[in-house]
Amino acid sequence: MATDQTIAEKIFSNHCGKTVRAGDHVVASVDLAMATDGSGPLAIELFNQMDPECIWDPQKILMVLDHYVPCPNDKVSGLHDMIRNFHNSGRCELFDLGEGICHQLLPEKGYVKPGNIVVGADSHTCSYGAFNALGTGIGSSDLAAVMADGKLWFKIPSSIKIRLNGQMAEGVSAKDIALFIVGKLGASGANYRSIEFHGSGVEKLDMNDRMTLCNMMTETGAKCSLMPFDKVTQSWTESFRWTALHAINTDAGALFDKVLEINIDEICPQIAAPHQVDNVSAVSKTEGTPIHMVVIGTCTNGRLKDLAAAARILKDYPKASGVEILIVPASRNVYAAAIKKGYIDIFIRAGAIVLPPGCGPCCGSSAGIPSDGENVLSTANRNFLGRMGNVHANIYLGSPESAACAAVEGKITDPRRFG
Amino acid sequence: MDIFKGFAHKFGDDINTDYIISSRRKRDTLDLDVLKRYILEDIDSGFAKRFKPRDILVAGHNFGCGSAMEIASLVIKAAGIDVVAAKSFSRTFYRNGINSGLLLIECDTGDFLTGDQLKIEIGDNRITIHNLTQKIIRETNPPGGILLRIFKSGGLVNYIRENRRFSV
Repeated sequence: MATDQTIAEKIFSNHCGKTVRAGDHVVASVDLAMATDGSGPLAIELFNQMDPECIWDPQKILMVLDHYVPCPNDKVSGLHDMIRNFHNSGRCELFDLGEGICHQLLPEKGYVKPGNIVVGADSHTCSYGAFNALGTGIGSSDLAAVMADGKLWFKIPSSIKIRLNGQMAEGVSAKDIALFIVGKLGASGANYRSIEFHGSGVEKLDMNDRMTLCNMMTETGAKCSLMPFDKVTQSWTESFRWTALHAINTDAGALFDKVLEINIDEICPQIAAPHQVDNVSAVSKTEGTPIHMVVIGTCTNGRLKDLAAAARILKDYPKASGVEILIVPASRNVYAAAIKKGYIDIFIRAGAIVLPPGCGPCCGSSAGIPSDGENVLSTANRNFLGRMGNVHANIYLGSPESAACAAVEGKITDPRRFG
Repeated sequence: MDIFKGFAHKFGDDINTDYIISSRRKRDTLDLDVLKRYILEDIDSGFAKRFKPRDILVAGHNFGCGSAMEIASLVIKAAGIDVVAAKSFSRTFYRNGINSGLLLIECDTGDFLTGDQLKIEIGDNRITIHNLTQKIIRETNPPGGILLRIFKSGGLVNYIRENRRFSV
């Protein structure tokens, strides 16, 4: 029917007070605004320049100190204080150093609800689509405007449907599916668009898997990526005792730009080779490439399930000599749970360095910078030249399983060999 | 009609925001006058020195992909660049560019070369790009609706200062 809508069209319609369609330019209200220590100081400065009469709603403005943990120098400590002062004057909520990564904390602390629009001054805000919420990355001016008015301008995106069929084979994880899709769509394949996940394969993905998938869709240029509201979403919401829920699912006749059919059973472990995230191929193509540093963590793969996958491998096999392993739990809660489960003990005994919860070495903002000529296998989401702080290093991206196996073998290895 | 004139500096596809300004520079300062010295250094170390204010950045597809950090568009603006012409922009860079008052032109730049002299005319309904060196003319639409009003205010900060809030 002509009135049928995609999830993105529905969520935006609910926030505009009128029915909107792909292509419309609108001003919509938002439910939550987030900034990090990478984007917050500039947002505060621009907010002050806007000379607003008052602030929107301090309880809906969250600032998370996660990019520079612990603080690396006296310049950044000043920026951290700027955010703390903004919080102390009652203008935002604050998650201070060591609490964790924004995209882990917001859902973990119950800030993200189905049907919400969450804007974040961080590109991986797409992650909240896992919870049937429209998360989208914005800039600091955008955030300043939201802090002043609670609203923002948007172009309603058209949508791409990705139908997932089947289930993952042994040794394959959500990261492999995500990399496979990024390789298929390309770095701008979903630019300006919303990605919607459909199909029977979705039912078998838990929240960890969904967060990894939605997070990585940022690398296709997507404005947002959305999971349906289903039993998995329902059971996740039950832990928060919310009263009113807005479950949003696509209408049968909604229009899509493109439909991508993916048979999950046919996907094998994937690796993105330097220096583009869409430079993806089956692990066999890069297998044997020497690896000097392994990073397990980030907003893509720093959850308990990811650490468990790595611990399972590092428990039984020693790391190869000369390999540096960096483990970065995505939040304090994840860290505490990993200690309780014994994973951190396994990592320490395997010779790994465990870093405090935060973005870690993903974008070269915190400690863990590779040397010249080193190859890194990271569970992060970007492998751009210089991304980790050294333009003479090469970054490969893969799953926690692939990363742990590379640590054991000292080279890229198919994790299915570790059974 | 607004007119921009300058020489083209050509880059390829997928120029990400980390290439525009590296995170390790951002760690040391947010002072745009300092950061502009390091613009695009990781892929073209001599660029900041070669570049003259008012020159025009020309790129391929997906310019500004990667991180949503607005500092990338602000560094371009601070370096004296008013216009970026690309085959396409990443959505976050497009937002940030408009919000920073940067003129972003989506057009076919495939045959443009570094050193080409460009003249860009902004009409109410049309943007015309004259490549004076190669004698090529390209036309495209200006940004629509509220985007044009934000750009004409000189960016989102000025827009909110003037209007107090978003007007629909």
